[in-house]
Amino acid sequence: MTSQQNETTSRFKLPQLTYRVWKVWRRNFDVFLKTWRVNFLPSLLEPILYLAAFGFGLGVLVTGAVEGGSYIQFIGSGLVAIAVMYGAFFECTYASFVRMYFQKTFDAIIATPVSVEEVIAGELLWGATRATINASIVLVVVAAFGLVSSLWALLVPVLAFLGGLLFAALAMCFTAIAPDIDFFNFPTFLFITPMFLLSGTFFPLSLVPVPLQTIAFGALPLTHIVSLTRKLVSGRTETLMGLSPDLILGLNVLWIVVVTLVFFVLAIILMKKRLIK
Amino acid sequence: MVSPNFLIKASGLTKKFGDFTAVDSINFEVYEGECVGFLGPNGAGKTTTVRMLYCFSPLTAGNLTVAGFDVTTQARQVKGIVGVSPQEDNLDPDFTVIKNLQVYARYFDITKNEANMRASKLLKFFNLEDKRDAPINELSGGMKRRLIIARALINEPKILLLDEPTTGLDPQGRHIVWDKIRILRKQGVTIILTTHYMDEATALCDRVLIMENGKIIEKGTPQALIRKHVGQAVLEVEYDEPVVSTLKVELPDSEIEVLGEQVRVFLKQPHGVFERVAKKFPSKTLTIRSANLEDVFLKLTGRKLE
Repeated sequence: MTSQQNETTSRFKLPQLTYRVWKVWRRNFDVFLKTWRVNFLPSLLEPILYLAAFGFGLGVLVTGAVEGGSYIQFIGSGLVAIAVMYGAFFECTYASFVRMYFQKTFDAIIATPVSVEEVIAGELLWGATRATINASIVLVVVAAFGLVSSLWALLVPVLAFLGGLLFAALAMCFTAIAPDIDFFNFPTFLFITPMFLLSGTFFPLSLVPVPLQTIAFGALPLTHIVSLTRKLVSGRTETLMGLSPDLILGLNVLWIVVVTLVFFVLAIILMKKRLIK
Repeated sequence: MVSPNFLIKASGLTKKFGDFTAVDSINFEVYEGECVGFLGPNGAGKTTTVRMLYCFSPLTAGNLTVAGFDVTTQARQVKGIVGVSPQEDNLDPDFTVIKNLQVYARYFDITKNEANMRASKLLKFFNLEDKRDAPINELSGGMKRRLIIARALINEPKILLLDEPTTGLDPQGRHIVWDKIRILRKQGVTIILTTHYMDEATALCDRVLIMENGKIIEKGTPQALIRKHVGQAVLEVEYDEPVVSTLKVELPDSEIEVLGEQVRVFLKQPHGVFERVAKKFPSKTLTIRSANLEDVFLKLTGRKLE
């Protein structure tokens, strides 16, 4: 038998996933339930602090309407999108790394009928779930401040899950190549923090020159989640690169779906390569 | 034995990591109900072999079947009937003792009720009932080890893989684990264990396979290997040149080995030898003892034991 050939060909095969993915998800959910009070607190307090500082503080200085609404309303939807990014990214970098590297949890699960692909897929779905939970909490806070003006906001959890899956998959690719836990400082400061500030979260992207708009649109995943969240929460869409709002929203969805699929598969392949020796 | 049923069959089993061959085309069988020990110095390929057995490491070449299932193409079936106690502690520190067993049972599709029943039974068997609701970090090394073996039994496996089950345990801890392994053996569980403790292999294993540099260099029952390679007894004398030359004359049929500051004579027939040698060297310290597996191991693996 030519097992070596099997090994090489299997790397390019799409991952075979079964219902066992949810058993991995369930393990993480069980841990989350044990400590849910601690988990809820940051998601609850952070948006309140941001709304106070930027909305009531800085917002007073911003006199002109931002895309037809107040500045605090503008950043309200930005904060929901940021919660999606943070929730999934930190879950699938630091937390997944701890489970993989320090706790050897993945090794323990792989010794059962659950496959390594299913372990990673379960982790990604859990990362998306954390994003959904976090974004939903922030949405409630934003709503409590009276900043939600559309019933479509009820679809935010669905968007948060999809966007969460995107960030979970990106994060897991970093985890697959991380030599140690300090490595995550790089993607956090070079990727996550710039996105936090520059993805249409705190100021409209229409204010920057078109080439920069194009870069943000093409390379910053958060841009798409912010754009869609803002549409759901306040019914507003930016006009970017001279494109119509509807086209922008369509491209947002397409971008998220395609990139999520690619990185979902890539994350599983890279992690399998790291874990299986 | 009359055509015994083998549960595990490896032929030409090979694992390479780049240029390094960790397991070099080995062949072996394990029969139902046996306890087989893989012995060898560190880096001999024991753990790599075990990892291929539970489908963790893909084979580089060769064939490996477990209960008729191929580890490469039928990994799920294999993993469903194997219980694994790995060398390093990978208990889930996010859960209590009982929850570790319950969550692990879920991975095997065991229903909640069944899992609770099995978990309680296992905690009792491994004397961990008092720690049922304790977090993992409150357990001693010996308790953790017992819980890992308990977890490996949650799916009522046909084959139990124990990778260095007592490394790092204190003597009490070791003996508790040994007792439990003996009981499991009696219950008919097929056990494969790796160890570099020769007393452990002698105490627990029906058969041992000695590995070195990725190859199986000898196999058999501990007693047969001792008889074949060492004999009945070992005479130990303090080393100096005249001692060695006198021994060579006095005991021409026996193998003489110098190990550091000690001369060892492997005796097939120890009757009267001690008295004879004692008369020759009245001022030397002499010891005669039964030959054991460690003698075999050191002889075969060229004392490369780390």
